[in-house]
Amino acid sequence: MKRQKMTIEFDDNNSNKSNNNLFDLLSEEIVFAILDLLNTNPLDRKSFSLVCKSVYNLESKHRKTLKPLRQEHLPRILNRYPHISHLDLSLCPRINDNSLTVISNACKDSLRSIDLSRSRFFSYNGLMSLAWNCKNLVDVDLSNATELRDAAAAAVAEAKNLERLWLGRCKLITDMGIGCIAVGCKKLRLISLKWCLGVTDLGVDLIAVKCKEIRSLDLSYLPITNKCLPSILKLQYLEDLAMEGCFGIDDDSLTALKHGCKSLKRLDMSSCQNISYVGLSSLISGAGGLEQLTLAYGCPVTPALANGLKNLSALQSVKLDGCMVTSAGLKALGNCLISLRELSLSKCLGVTDEGLSSLVTKHRELRKLDITCCRKITDVSIAHITSSCGNLTSLRMESCTLVSREAFVLIGQRCQFLEELDLTDNEIDDEGLKSISRCSKLSSLKLGICLNITDEGLAYIGMHCSKLTELDLYRSAEITDAGILAIASGCHDLEMINMSYCRDITDSSLISLSKCVRLNTFESRGCPLITSLGIAAIAVGYVGLLSLASISCLQNMTVLHLKGLTPSGLAAALLACGGLTKVKLHVAFKSLLPHPLFEHLEARGCVFEWRDKQFQAELDPKCWKLQLEDMIP
Amino acid sequence: MMDHMDTLCQETWAKSSSSGNELAKNIPTKKPSFTNYNLDSHQHQQKWEDTSIFGIRTDTPFQEFNPQSETQSLLPSNPNDHIKIVDRKNSQINETLQINKIPDWDPRAMLNNLSFLEQKIHQLQDLVHLIVGRRSQVPGQPEELVTQQQQLITADLTSIIGQLITTSGSLLPSVKHTLSATTPPLGQLGGILFPSGTGMNSRLQRQHSSGTKVSDQSNQMDVTGNYGTEQNYSIEEHEMKEEDDADEGENLPPGSYEILQLEKEEILAPHAHFCTICGKGFKRDANLRMHMRGHGDEYKTPAALAKPNKEASSEPVLIKRYSCPFAGCRRSKDHKKFQALKTILCVKNHYKRTHCDKSYTCSRCNTKKFSVIADLKTHEKHCGKDRWLCSCGTTFSRKDKLFGHIALFQGHTPAIPRDETKGLSSGPSDKGEENDVSNKVGSTNYSFGSSDATGSGAQNIMDVKVGVDDPASYFSPLNFDTCNFGGFHEYP
Repeated sequence: MKRQKMTIEFDDNNSNKSNNNLFDLLSEEIVFAILDLLNTNPLDRKSFSLVCKSVYNLESKHRKTLKPLRQEHLPRILNRYPHISHLDLSLCPRINDNSLTVISNACKDSLRSIDLSRSRFFSYNGLMSLAWNCKNLVDVDLSNATELRDAAAAAVAEAKNLERLWLGRCKLITDMGIGCIAVGCKKLRLISLKWCLGVTDLGVDLIAVKCKEIRSLDLSYLPITNKCLPSILKLQYLEDLAMEGCFGIDDDSLTALKHGCKSLKRLDMSSCQNISYVGLSSLISGAGGLEQLTLAYGCPVTPALANGLKNLSALQSVKLDGCMVTSAGLKALGNCLISLRELSLSKCLGVTDEGLSSLVTKHRELRKLDITCCRKITDVSIAHITSSCGNLTSLRMESCTLVSREAFVLIGQRCQFLEELDLTDNEIDDEGLKSISRCSKLSSLKLGICLNITDEGLAYIGMHCSKLTELDLYRSAEITDAGILAIASGCHDLEMINMSYCRDITDSSLISLSKCVRLNTFESRGCPLITSLGIAAIAVGYVGLLSLASISCLQNMTVLHLKGLTPSGLAAALLACGGLTKVKLHVAFKSLLPHPLFEHLEARGCVFEWRDKQFQAELDPKCWKLQLEDMIP
Repeated sequence: MMDHMDTLCQETWAKSSSSGNELAKNIPTKKPSFTNYNLDSHQHQQKWEDTSIFGIRTDTPFQEFNPQSETQSLLPSNPNDHIKIVDRKNSQINETLQINKIPDWDPRAMLNNLSFLEQKIHQLQDLVHLIVGRRSQVPGQPEELVTQQQQLITADLTSIIGQLITTSGSLLPSVKHTLSATTPPLGQLGGILFPSGTGMNSRLQRQHSSGTKVSDQSNQMDVTGNYGTEQNYSIEEHEMKEEDDADEGENLPPGSYEILQLEKEEILAPHAHFCTICGKGFKRDANLRMHMRGHGDEYKTPAALAKPNKEASSEPVLIKRYSCPFAGCRRSKDHKKFQALKTILCVKNHYKRTHCDKSYTCSRCNTKKFSVIADLKTHEKHCGKDRWLCSCGTTFSRKDKLFGHIALFQGHTPAIPRDETKGLSSGPSDKGEENDVSNKVGSTNYSFGSSDATGSGAQNIMDVKVGVDDPASYFSPLNFDTCNFGGFHEYP
């Protein structure tokens, strides 16, 4: 950070000193080297380029990546930046064929990577011109392009140099389109076909037969069976295989396989109901280099399963979310695995202090641990975890309700490298928060439904955790404006904050938050006081929303149950936020706001969701929590 | 004890949903055999209740009992069935006499029969074991029971012997149709080979029909005693296509058959049988005989309507094989590697397919031509359903065949059907329709406006530029030099 500021000052001095162009003395390479280091905040480069004409030109020449907010300006900015190789259009939700043609004609061969994952308004034509003009395209992300058909896939197949292709949720693409891609893009190394429901064994088989270079293959939720497995496992370089929710694959077909895949490093077999440890061990029998294994919502974790993982010396990460777990299974897992870095037991039934303690004492190098909703564990587990795994960077323990408030002090004392901490629905109090504020690297902190914390505890966090980017205070009822103010003044990097159902929050919180320039997600459901100033509510609603509206990259907006908000204030806010992609509003607003406004916003690519929920804030938070616990067994 | 059993059994019968009411009616008539056979323990009953599809294990006793004791009650319409079966067995014995003379048999059917026999013998063995065991346990049995047991065993034995004969019967020379004549008993006795949920009723019907078939067979046997190639013509016609291909592997020793060669005119003649009175022609002899009835009562006698027997003697007949009259044809007897045609219909189809013009054209695709009308009909059933298209132009009726083809050949890709690109511009490979489509689409696909960047194409682009409402687009780098019009020249 310091370094960046220095360079900018240096440039300023230079340009001010004399009328002669001192940039002649400063070679392009040096400026480029400086610019290479300016990559943390996009605004840095912007201000750098505004120094003078020469710097402006240099910056234009240097810039390789672009993430535009509006497609209207694409022709201009592409004209300004001739050397763009990576174009991220995920913030422009309405990219159409026109824009794609403009891009393909402007960027030509320099373009190597394009991200179209948030748009579904382009078609075959745009992709065709892209594939023809940009011969060096390597990465294409077409996720969520739900309207694309086989013809579009055939157009993609014209990009012969393609190496990475994401087609998640392209539901209308069938085997025929995939077949075209398989034949056309021979250099493919990564392809994601998640949720491409039209693709069957035939398409996947052809991919495996034609694209021998494949490293990463995502076949999640495809209606495939064992027929395509042999050719997949013959892929020499396959490292990453995801087969989440492939119900057509079962134990019998896996045990029949002669050889597993030797090069495999990451395997995801989540939600494969028909696979037990028998099939799994047959599949990974040859994969000695396996590093990451995900078996969420799969077979029960028993000693037999752990035994099957015995020979995997490289295994570092195991995810067993939602599995049935036995204490014996956990113990065996601790004994069989060699050095685990990452373990997830989220929502596992049957995790006890005994099993978990014996596992964590064996694996002291653990970096990430997820024990969300392991409702049986107590202080004993936390004591073992904190004492043996001092290097933890991520601890997620939502709804570990038996853990007492004293245990959280241990976390702050012993695990000071924590970057991510999820304490949603726990007994933590201000003492715990004070201890946790020692984790100076903390960037994500979730304190939803923590009814014991107050502004005092939050103030500690605001003072010490300056790197915080994400804070969740959902239904933490004791928090007031003072706490938010402390956070807003201490954590300048804040990107996301959730204050839903914090009933004491008022507009002053919003005003203080407007200091956080990076804020992009803000939730304020059920904050009745935000506009509780009687007649002045109009003005407050205006101010509150507009102060946020000045943060132009705000993308998601949820406005529900803000009683005093006026339609005109909302309309002004909506118009001001040009980058909005999704707005949730109460149904009542639908009739209050003019229809052309919605049409205009939708044309900008904003999606409206109408909600008609009863306001539940009158419910006492504790009572609400009890209700919640009744629902969850 | 007996009463208890009955109710239990009836319950189980009623439980088997598929068997239905028919079955329930049948049961009372079978009481004695039923209870005898499974007299003993509760274990058995237990098992019965377990078997959800009734008939898997209990069929056996009925099977043997039907012909012996209960045929009349079950098959009132066919009281002579039993006797006919005996007749048939006689005929089978006749057949066995012919075994040695001409070898022609189907090993698969043989294997089937043998395994069935094996199973049967094992069952009988078990049964006898059971009886022996029970005698030692319960010494004083009623006379009635003992005799019924004996009957049961006799029935089993008879069926085994019958089957043995049938099996050896499959060694008979009489080609395939003899087999079809011998399969009915297989189906009848071998009900256990195909135990089905439909239960007793359907099997009884099968038995019924087999009984009548058998009677036909034996009739024919009495009159002709000939199992040669002269078989029912209509059956042959249905099987002809398969036979035409299937006889490739036939290896008859030279001299074991006689070769007939029809003349070209004879082959192509529409009719083979003519009425001596009015001259009307018929394809089939049987149709001629039916026609003859109209010419007077003398043609209505059974003798006149019966199938004419060419050789009344019971002498072994040489198998007939046919040669194609076309010189140089592989099917001609003068050819070095001559392969005979089996029947007259084979000759006709072969001659038409190979040596005649293809005069029947498919009305749907107008490309495929056939010389045999049956082939055309077969094609028309599938014509137009070839919707899986490869870039090489080959079409497939099945997607997996297309993908197999693509996996095999380098550079072939699946071709996306036309209707899918409709409304968009067409692919690079079809320049012909480029302009038509782009006109429809309008300004959105202006970059493909025309393949050679003519004036109209440029005009299109101008329109678009004006059409873009944002003033920013005026600064766009989009000019004619950089616009490559889709790079058509780079594509074939």
